Amino acid sequence: MSAISAPAVASKRIRHSSPVFTAVNCTLLVLFTLLIVVPVWNIVISSFSSSGSLGEGVVFWPKQFSLDNYKSVLADSGMWNALFISVAKTGVGVIFHTLFCALFAYPMSKAYLKGRKLYSAMGITTMFFSGGMIPTFLLIKSLGLLNSFWVYIIPALFSYYDVIILMNFFRQVPDELVESAKLDGANEWRIFGSIVLPLSMPGLATIGLFHGVAQWNDFMTTKLYINNESLYPLQMRLYDIIARSQAASSNGGNIGQVVLDTTTRGVRLSTIIITILPILVLYPFVQRYFVSGSLAGAIKG
Amino acid sequence: MNSVGLKVPMGQRLSQWWSRFAYQWQLQLMVLPGIIFMIIFNFIPIYGLVLAFKNYTVVDTIGDAPWVGWDNFRIILTDKYFWDSVWNTVGISVIKLSLGFILPILLAVMIYEVPWGPFKKIVQTLTYLPHFFSWIILGGMLISWLSSNGLLNQLLSFVGIHSNMNYLLEANKYWGIASLSDVWKEAGWGTILYLAVMAGIDPTLYEAAEMDGASKIQRIWHITLPELRGMITLNLILSVSGLFGSNLDQTLVLMNSQNQPKAEVINSYVYRMGLTQGDFSYATAVGLGVSIISVILLVATNLLSKKINDNQSVL
Repeated sequence: MSAISAPAVASKRIRHSSPVFTAVNCTLLVLFTLLIVVPVWNIVISSFSSSGSLGEGVVFWPKQFSLDNYKSVLADSGMWNALFISVAKTGVGVIFHTLFCALFAYPMSKAYLKGRKLYSAMGITTMFFSGGMIPTFLLIKSLGLLNSFWVYIIPALFSYYDVIILMNFFRQVPDELVESAKLDGANEWRIFGSIVLPLSMPGLATIGLFHGVAQWNDFMTTKLYINNESLYPLQMRLYDIIARSQAASSNGGNIGQVVLDTTTRGVRLSTIIITILPILVLYPFVQRYFVSGSLAGAIKG
Repeated sequence: MNSVGLKVPMGQRLSQWWSRFAYQWQLQLMVLPGIIFMIIFNFIPIYGLVLAFKNYTVVDTIGDAPWVGWDNFRIILTDKYFWDSVWNTVGISVIKLSLGFILPILLAVMIYEVPWGPFKKIVQTLTYLPHFFSWIILGGMLISWLSSNGLLNQLLSFVGIHSNMNYLLEANKYWGIASLSDVWKEAGWGTILYLAVMAGIDPTLYEAAEMDGASKIQRIWHITLPELRGMITLNLILSVSGLFGSNLDQTLVLMNSQNQPKAEVINSYVYRMGLTQGDFSYATAVGLGVSIISVILLVATNLLSKKINDNQSVL
């Protein structure tokens, strides 16, 4: 099922493929891949260049290798606080979101659940209709969640898309196992906790990772509901740096602003790298979960 | 339990349903938190849409605010900034949609035709990657790439074109930047579902076609693409319905005072009117109008695809 493990049928066809076609095809793919890799690489090496050299243009290799950009970013205590908030909201969010969705998805994976049609109609409605930005803002406000850490966690607890994925995983748990546990006197909570959840770890990992990336990358929640700097995650810090340099560069090019631009640029680049570092490091190892998750979602979704 | 042909009275059926419901009370208890969540966080905001027909000021509760009927919508019709944002949203989305729809199909077919597994895997891993960058990250990167001495100008000077243009300050370049950067971010990720469908194509189809002397291109055209038709339609429907929901994060991070006339999209306009200027009712009306258009588009494309696709509907 995974697109990544090349299917056996592909190897069968190799013998018949035309060399010219393959050469052209692979060349184009290499070019496309370079189109992704070269710009990202450019950001990495720029962040290791001295801020003075950034003005001269850095392309493939660092100019005047320096760690100054990182030193000045990491010397900022607000940065460490933002890192803590990012890690905390991602960690707490993943655990609560995954368990909350699983709790809903387990009964929903049973065809005999009474009211199931109504519940799934409600869930599907949430996927297509929403009140939009303003009514949601007023709700968050009236719940007293403005400027609270919990605004990162509570409104993000539930996602019907994730429930659908989990339902697919829960259906794979053999019925016989559940039946025999019932005969042994286990109640539904016990079955859920000691049989279904442990057997569905790949599914839980998939949802957890999806939500983890979403939490780590989320910026709108902060922008909309938080104006207390001590609750800013990395994304918001980066946005502030960007907004400042955008304002500086778009207000015309007098000398003072150009200087400001080159110094904030180094800070911006190293903040970008610090913010994507966890994704860059973990991504090769967890990629298969994302792929299987997006497939499972598409099959029933 | 009930003998065949005998009509079960309504009351008895209800009590039967109820007793089964009560029997699975543990399961029902597990569902309950999710139901409560949906009512609070999804359905109450939908009720909040009545704001569009009211004049809400911060002191009122939604219920107390006076009704104003269609007034907010009448103002929309003559609001120049609103129509500018509609024009930008449609312009950016159409470019995004046409490229972002075709490129993943093309890429998926190309990846599928690669004979070496490891090469395939490397291409996939690297092209999926930008999907995981937030728009804040990518926005920060774009500002560097497109600045007057950034990567783009450096690369252009390699081929003899010397310029030191800051592309993000050029309003007439904004549509291109916004749509291409989105395609760059999502094209690789968009191949996943197509590749999954292709992994399920019966290989004997290709063998038979080859026996008949079909060339590689003919095999792709007559076997691979028809097999992808269902998934292509699904993606088309989903992307057409999202035509008006342009990316708010993207706009907030890339918009500046120079490119704003071409960068303002409906969502950022709603954000500005509602949360920055406090005109909640008007912003809600704009948002509601746009969601209604999106739903109409969704239903229309679905109907159309039913016609084209021999009554195969996706919804």
